[in-house]
Amino acid sequence: MMANYRQARWAGDALLEPLIFELGKPGRVGYTLPPKLHEQLRIPKNLLREKLEIPELSEVEVVRHYTRLSQMNYGVDSGIYPLGSCTMKYNPKVCEELASLEEAAYIHPYQIEDTAQGALELMYRLERCLAEVAGVDRVCLHPSAGAHGEFVAMLLTRAYHKFKGDGNRTQVIVPDSAHGTNPASASMAGYEVVTVPSDARGRVDLKALETAVSERTAALMLTNPNTLGLFEDEILKIAEIVHGVGGLLFYDGANLNGILGKARPGDMGFDIVHFNIHKTFATPHGGGGPGAGPVGVKGKLEKFLPVPVVEFDEKRKRYYLDYDRPHSIGKVKAFYGNFGVLVKAYAYILLMGAEGLAEVSEAAVLNANYIMRKLSGTKGYELKFDSSGPCKHEVVFSVEPLKRETGIGAKDVAKRLLDYGMHAPTYYFPPIVPEALMIEPTESEPREELDRFVGALKVIADEARRSPDKLRSAPTATAVGRLDEVKASREPILRWKMYHKHRA
Amino acid sequence: MGHPYIPNTREVRGQMLKEIGVASVDELFTDISAKIRLRHKLKLPGPMSELEVKRHVRAILARNRPFTQILSFLGGGVWPHHIPAHVRELVRRSEFLTSYTPYQPEASQGMLQALFEYQSMICELTGMDAANASMYDWATSLGEAALMCARVTGRRKFIVPALINPERFSTLQNYVSGPGLELIKIGYDSRTGQLDVSQLRKELGQDVAGVYVENPSYLGFLETHVDKVAKAAHEAGALFVVGVNPISLGLLRAPGDYGADIVIGEGQPLGNPVSFGGPLLGIFACRDEVKLVRQMPGRLIGMTTALDGRTRGYVMVLQTREQHIRRERATSSICSNEALCGVAAAIYLASLGPRGLRELGEACAASANYAMRKLRAIKDLKVPIFDAPHFNEFTLNCDDVGMSVAKLNAELLKRDIHGGKPLRGEFPELGETSLMCVTELHTKEDIDRLASALAEIAG
Amino acid sequence: MRKKLGLIVNPIAGMGGRVGLKGTDGPDTLAKALKLGAKPVSPARAVEALRAIKRSGLKFDLVTYPHEMGKDEAREAGLKARVIGEIVSGRTSAEDTKRAAREMLAEGVDLLLIAGGDGTMADVIEAIGMRAPVLGIPCGVKLHSAAFANTPEAAGDVAARFLRDGLPLREAEVMDIDEEAYREGRLSAKLKGHARVPYEPTMVQATKEGSAGFELADQKAIARWVLELMERGRIYVLGPGTTTRAVAEELGIRDSTLLGVDLVLDHKLLARDVNERQILEAIEGKPAAIIVSPIGRQGFIFGRGNQQISPGVIRKVGKENVLVVATPHKLGLTPILKVDTGDAVLDDKFRGYIRVMTGYRQMRMVMVSQ
Repeated sequence: MMANYRQARWAGDALLEPLIFELGKPGRVGYTLPPKLHEQLRIPKNLLREKLEIPELSEVEVVRHYTRLSQMNYGVDSGIYPLGSCTMKYNPKVCEELASLEEAAYIHPYQIEDTAQGALELMYRLERCLAEVAGVDRVCLHPSAGAHGEFVAMLLTRAYHKFKGDGNRTQVIVPDSAHGTNPASASMAGYEVVTVPSDARGRVDLKALETAVSERTAALMLTNPNTLGLFEDEILKIAEIVHGVGGLLFYDGANLNGILGKARPGDMGFDIVHFNIHKTFATPHGGGGPGAGPVGVKGKLEKFLPVPVVEFDEKRKRYYLDYDRPHSIGKVKAFYGNFGVLVKAYAYILLMGAEGLAEVSEAAVLNANYIMRKLSGTKGYELKFDSSGPCKHEVVFSVEPLKRETGIGAKDVAKRLLDYGMHAPTYYFPPIVPEALMIEPTESEPREELDRFVGALKVIADEARRSPDKLRSAPTATAVGRLDEVKASREPILRWKMYHKHRA
Repeated sequence: MGHPYIPNTREVRGQMLKEIGVASVDELFTDISAKIRLRHKLKLPGPMSELEVKRHVRAILARNRPFTQILSFLGGGVWPHHIPAHVRELVRRSEFLTSYTPYQPEASQGMLQALFEYQSMICELTGMDAANASMYDWATSLGEAALMCARVTGRRKFIVPALINPERFSTLQNYVSGPGLELIKIGYDSRTGQLDVSQLRKELGQDVAGVYVENPSYLGFLETHVDKVAKAAHEAGALFVVGVNPISLGLLRAPGDYGADIVIGEGQPLGNPVSFGGPLLGIFACRDEVKLVRQMPGRLIGMTTALDGRTRGYVMVLQTREQHIRRERATSSICSNEALCGVAAAIYLASLGPRGLRELGEACAASANYAMRKLRAIKDLKVPIFDAPHFNEFTLNCDDVGMSVAKLNAELLKRDIHGGKPLRGEFPELGETSLMCVTELHTKEDIDRLASALAEIAG
Repeated sequence: MRKKLGLIVNPIAGMGGRVGLKGTDGPDTLAKALKLGAKPVSPARAVEALRAIKRSGLKFDLVTYPHEMGKDEAREAGLKARVIGEIVSGRTSAEDTKRAAREMLAEGVDLLLIAGGDGTMADVIEAIGMRAPVLGIPCGVKLHSAAFANTPEAAGDVAARFLRDGLPLREAEVMDIDEEAYREGRLSAKLKGHARVPYEPTMVQATKEGSAGFELADQKAIARWVLELMERGRIYVLGPGTTTRAVAEELGIRDSTLLGVDLVLDHKLLARDVNERQILEAIEGKPAAIIVSPIGRQGFIFGRGNQQISPGVIRKVGKENVLVVATPHKLGLTPILKVDTGDAVLDDKFRGYIRVMTGYRQMRMVMVSQ
């Protein structure tokens, strides 16, 4: 196998594409405006601006600059993107088209409800779909991202216990394999965080959990399948343990792609379920966002949901925003959610239907198991936990054997993969696996691509033995070679002017 | 038949199963106990072909009346502006659109540099030294700003103006509920709307972590005493936080110039559509002080070099503030943000430049002032209700007309005009008042049409 | 600039083990061991470690002591060494170890590799404290100190990586046998001090930015939380270690002991460096609590370095009033904890999962094993 990939590289002298501040010339314009009215502005001089130092470019230059930058970027549309727990699946383009329609993009959230019935209806229907997928009663579409949804779930948890007069619930339990956002969100909501270890099978250690729960337990936050790609098969027992002390069970939906149509968190005993729309429901990740993180709840938590809730008036046959919810926790962000993203998710669900979503999880889980079987047994990579049963939609390998043998670890392997024109999996996560490579292929990858991926990992292991220095200096086929991340944080240069000063 | 988004057909999947020695795909789900295994099909609409989906969704969306079809004067947190065509084109490029957080910086320089440029331009706009690569929106940025002030100063009170946008206030309440910070509202001058600085001084003690103002305010007027507010806050050892609509900053002075320590705001108007209120773009920036920058939430992009020590490149920095490194010890739980909206903002700002942004600000303010002049002339309308300079939003009161804002707006709607947001529910003391917004989208004719409609209705 | 590696071999370390002696400190024990037919252990271990470094291909300068204190081992491993200092071959002692450490520190070594046991390491720390990073090649019977690698080969690997790429440094407890206890027939270890030791964490990239920085921040965070939970009128028995000292500092107490047990009441130091009797007297009839941190290579929360907190003290205070504190970093090194109070029944009460405070309002369920 040849590493014959070359990412575009706009190479200048010691830089790729110049910064926008280094482009343009005074007087250039990249916009046109209709003539303005002549009116007295009555703005006091001390509030007026004197100068603004941003660049002046023509539209041509702006377009070329950002086009070049985009060429030095890798997306799902470029190739395989097996980031664990991120579900980098293909984003159907018809969803983009629909979200850009005037009727979706040019409506204002404060419009009189009669003029926004379409938006309200779409959100209502989406809510019904998500509730069905997860096995919950109501879904709040407000949160902008997964972590935001987790935070909202923590606020709902607190409201729930407060309502019951139970002010002593100060702790939230989190497994040591959890996504970092889980304990961070619990902490933000003011909870003490109790971490429980995973057992030798890679699942939550039940004995530890039994010791950890008490009348102070507000909730347990769990991802299922977990971040090792393993299904928490004792979930019913876990639910019993937590509910037994009066705590709530929260489902982190990051890995929902592994069980779509096969099982529902609501049926497993989860009281609050959050979704990562940009993961499971195929909306684009946008280089970090925007996504959406709706939160679903069982009936007993419905009264606490943020306002407004989209309701349907049966009599008048119209949708409306219900603000009359005295126990609501209030608002968790402005307006009603990332509507532009939600439109895409709704379209995706329609495209797939129930059979399509079930096929998604089957194909995704098969792809992950395919990689697991084809890679295990390869010298240098090992499965730290339970390799006896199937994994779900992602699999975590440890590169520790290769590291012991050659000094080359997960990071170097990941960097070298880039030279083969593939995006690396997540590395060093979950923290309970040393030299971890967390691989989630999703259902979007054809078999040939999986074979190529596994093949590359095998070749790289050989390269590690023969020429480790090559790996230490990887990647070389990307726009830029390995970057000094330590230096970057030691003396942070966070803006153009800092760089300017730094150089002077 | 295969599926367009699932390349491995059933046949191929069968072969794969055989190759790995698994009898059927069901065997891969045996870890899910029978008790919870779904045996029935989910009750969902679809599957539909692409054509059917388009038809279906368009039919639903057709029940919306976008502001390209009715003349709308709504603002109040998201504002409609013209988005140059190339901004939308560039942001749709799939290398940007379908990428994720740049965990592999070498392959993601495009996104990283674009975000570095976004951060830099936000700093120029706000007069700050460091900006992050986006938060969810203004409201959540405010929540995070309050938490940051508490972390930096070790104090527990946060002061806000009484006329703060209520949605932002409610969000703030939720954010400070974790550490249990106390929120204090400061009143305003009933004639000018200006923050009551003497009341502020009374509240400023050793226990105030931060003071927050919105400029322009939620109700559109400018806070002209911000220098005094900054001074008072700093004298008490508190941080000064300013919330902005960045469109105003082409024309108005940067908050960094009048003493702000943290600047937050709503970046949506910079190149992003209104989209029924989301996705938005939370701006978050602060001064360059180690104790501030290290407490700032969110992703930060920094410049560095490749290992050759020469070639410039960009990476995420100071990740030890973030949840994927520090978990429960992180400054915030934020992970996915509004990055692409930030890139749109960068492209938008780069296209307008200082001249364009200034002209745009002048255009919006001029149109708003024209509207105020024409509407003020209508009998029984009070426009605006505060005697202060305004940017592009203003209040309109119709108490004397003897009609509620709701009724007024219903009448306007009959004429295909959408009036401003009713404020009585949020600020009962202001009576029948609405919040109107004017941007470069509104022509003179549009404003004249509004004026004659109102004159008709009020008359 | 080539890195400098210092090597000190204690030729008599570990000789007691095979013949059933608890260490070879002192000429009498050594003589006894030799009479029982003991053979030197550490030279071979040192050679193993050196071979591992050689395999890494790293270019470095080796500085060592004469004859069996390093030069011989270097030669056998095929490494060139610069020899400093003077010894009398065949009659080396703790004084030689200490002198060697001081001299190598003066040479500016980047890392000191010590082939020996707890006693040897304690001698090195006594001589140079934390002024140079050290790493132990395990050769002793007594290996309670956290400053040792798991195997001689691992010692070599870590040393090579540290010199080539840099590795984070951690603070490791250096233990040695409690002579007093030993004479009374009990085996327990005393905390002698701390060493700075390189280690390989899982997340090198993240922690490389300053694991010492993390450790301090986490200790402060734990201290902040403990402070919030402290009750007026309750006597807190603070065990040894840097984390418990962080608690004392958070209270404003600047002169607590690092290696001993202190008593704190109402945010003030009640008594310093107390023994069992003094503790029992102080807490008689009063509410009390114990705050301890895992000590040594095996993560003992009771029984190594804090024997003053005896079974009697623990019973009087009550298990529910025992707070265990440890940074996540520390738990990463000793993920399973141990107890050895001397009272088997009491030990059993702590076995299984216990709560460990790991940060501000953060806890972890950690296993305490046999």
